[in-house]
Amino acid sequence: MSAGRFKQSWVWIAVLAIAVAAPWAFYNYHTGRQSGFVLSMLTQMGMMSILALSYNMLLGQAGLFSLCHATFFGIGGYATIHFLNLAGAGNLPLPMELIPLLSGLSGLGLAIVFGYMATKQRATAFAMITLGIGELMVTSALMFQHFFGGEGGVNTNRMIGRSLFGLTYAHGIQVYYLTLAWTLLAALAMFFLTMTPLGRMANASRDNFERVQFVGYDPRMVRFFQFALSGFFAGIGGGLYAITYEIVTFDALAAPLSANALLMAYIGGSSAFGGPILGAVLITLLQSGVSLMSNSWLVYVGVLFISMVIFAPGGIMGLVMAHGPILRAGQLGRLAVPYVRVLVPGILMVLGFVGLVELTSFLTIGAAQGKSLVLFGSKIDIHATLPWLVATVCLLGGGFWLRLEVRSFRRVWQGLMLDLMPQRSMA
Amino acid sequence: MTDVALSLRNVDKAFGSLEIIRGVSLDIAKGERHAIIGPNGAGKTTLFNLISGRFRVSTGEILLNDVRIDQLPPHKINRMGLSRSFQITSIFHRLSVFENLRCALLWSMGYRYSFWTPLWLQRELTERTNAMLEELNLAPRRDTAAGLLSYADQRALEIGMTIAGGASVILLDEPTAGMSNTETDNAVELIRRVSKDKTLLMVEHDMKVVFDLADVITVLVYGQVIASGPPQAVRANPAVQEAYLGALDAA
Repeated sequence: MSAGRFKQSWVWIAVLAIAVAAPWAFYNYHTGRQSGFVLSMLTQMGMMSILALSYNMLLGQAGLFSLCHATFFGIGGYATIHFLNLAGAGNLPLPMELIPLLSGLSGLGLAIVFGYMATKQRATAFAMITLGIGELMVTSALMFQHFFGGEGGVNTNRMIGRSLFGLTYAHGIQVYYLTLAWTLLAALAMFFLTMTPLGRMANASRDNFERVQFVGYDPRMVRFFQFALSGFFAGIGGGLYAITYEIVTFDALAAPLSANALLMAYIGGSSAFGGPILGAVLITLLQSGVSLMSNSWLVYVGVLFISMVIFAPGGIMGLVMAHGPILRAGQLGRLAVPYVRVLVPGILMVLGFVGLVELTSFLTIGAAQGKSLVLFGSKIDIHATLPWLVATVCLLGGGFWLRLEVRSFRRVWQGLMLDLMPQRSMA
Repeated sequence: MTDVALSLRNVDKAFGSLEIIRGVSLDIAKGERHAIIGPNGAGKTTLFNLISGRFRVSTGEILLNDVRIDQLPPHKINRMGLSRSFQITSIFHRLSVFENLRCALLWSMGYRYSFWTPLWLQRELTERTNAMLEELNLAPRRDTAAGLLSYADQRALEIGMTIAGGASVILLDEPTAGMSNTETDNAVELIRRVSKDKTLLMVEHDMKVVFDLADVITVLVYGQVIASGPPQAVRANPAVQEAYLGALDAA
């Protein structure tokens, strides 16, 4: 067990090392700076990790399905714009490095108010109340212009001239390291929370809220504290958003971002602590990377989400962790061939699907934008029959082939599980 | 102060026009092991739900150590020293056995909703949780998810979670239901051990268990108490024999 913990912490140290080094892998010697695109993507990953982790304090750890998590991210962002403006005018003597703490407190404050209402209920009723809160906040953001700035949002200049380390935050790289430091702090704090009485009782009320009452806890208070604290961390994420972009509009608290928090936590894996980080990195990559290549990237995110919910409810982390016992037993090799046999038709099917989606998209949006579909350097005529035929055959043929292969894969997997049974019960 | 741990006075419970509990009055002395028996649908579990605060009484009063508890929510009643188990196992199925017992100890050890206390440094809490594991013979299952335990082990865990907080009044709802003979014997042994110096109120169908454990038996039929007293007196009561125990006498 302790050896497992040790191994796990090495994974996290490696992730941190990669995060620290990543901008330098995209260093441009001509301009003498890191790639701006990569930097802003990495910074986005950091703040989205905080958002997804804090969302998972509700979804994965407390079994609360919230639909308004962006509210607290957004309020942290808006408040931070005002804090930065105050600081810039010399009315808030606080160094830049501590500003995100204020953002967090803003999130906490609002989460206490809304949490008081929402946590009166659980399950479906809770979800519905949070949906209402989210809509209420979007409306407020458009109505109360003094604080929210209406549709144009509010903006600031992050060069407030105060820093613990003498930094100006003129360059993206400094903002990135500030974000990384706060992401690390927030992630450590949230990890710590999972090992406190409140964190444990949140798990307990997720599993069986009724029993919680009969061991002396008020499940409503457990939900309330957990909700308020998750709002605190979401607020920190929003603060980093404000610092990075220097502008916050109602997008930062609207429903699509709440949905994104859910997607990231779920796709990454809500039952493992690190899952949401993985989800945040993946979704941000799709958002920044694939969106450059394709108009239909949201379709792919949607299909990925639906497939995960149906076939892998444990998320990516769940899939990885299912291999743990097999790896420990040294049996991973037995899965190599079955995996190849599943992957080949799987890739074929995905290619067919992507082909059809792209062809359709170029027929409409692409045509409107005057673009043409280019594959392997050659232009593809989207009005010809052949590309449509090839894509359809790939999709249907790959799908049919995959069904057959999945059957034999399942046999191999179940055989492995049976073989491993004795070892698992001994551990 | 009296010697009465739990007192029910003219308790009624109706769901709409359906009367489940009708004028039940009952005193349970401190340190007594009290069994409630009665045919299916007599209202035994409903009575437990009323006492533990899961349901509100329609009329009547319930007193725990002379303090009224019939208007309190379950967690407050629990904090006053009354703990219950469930007929259908009610545990935290994704948490390990160890975590289940630790959760059951937290409030009684004063941790409340603390989000600043690292659990892994709480030596006394860990020691008491481990002691519970030993007592319940669940130490070999320490890190198993509670939902994956065998049925008998889950029942043992259920009893363990009920007594972990150190409640003085314990309510056990059919603790041996669905168990084999050996498992029942073990469970009875466990209940005898853990209910020492405590007040025990239990619902049970297995007459062997009832006569083995109980000092006092109350017979509930259609929501009314038809007899209450020491086992021998209850067994000899003609009304009870007619309503319920006839089969036992023949055996």
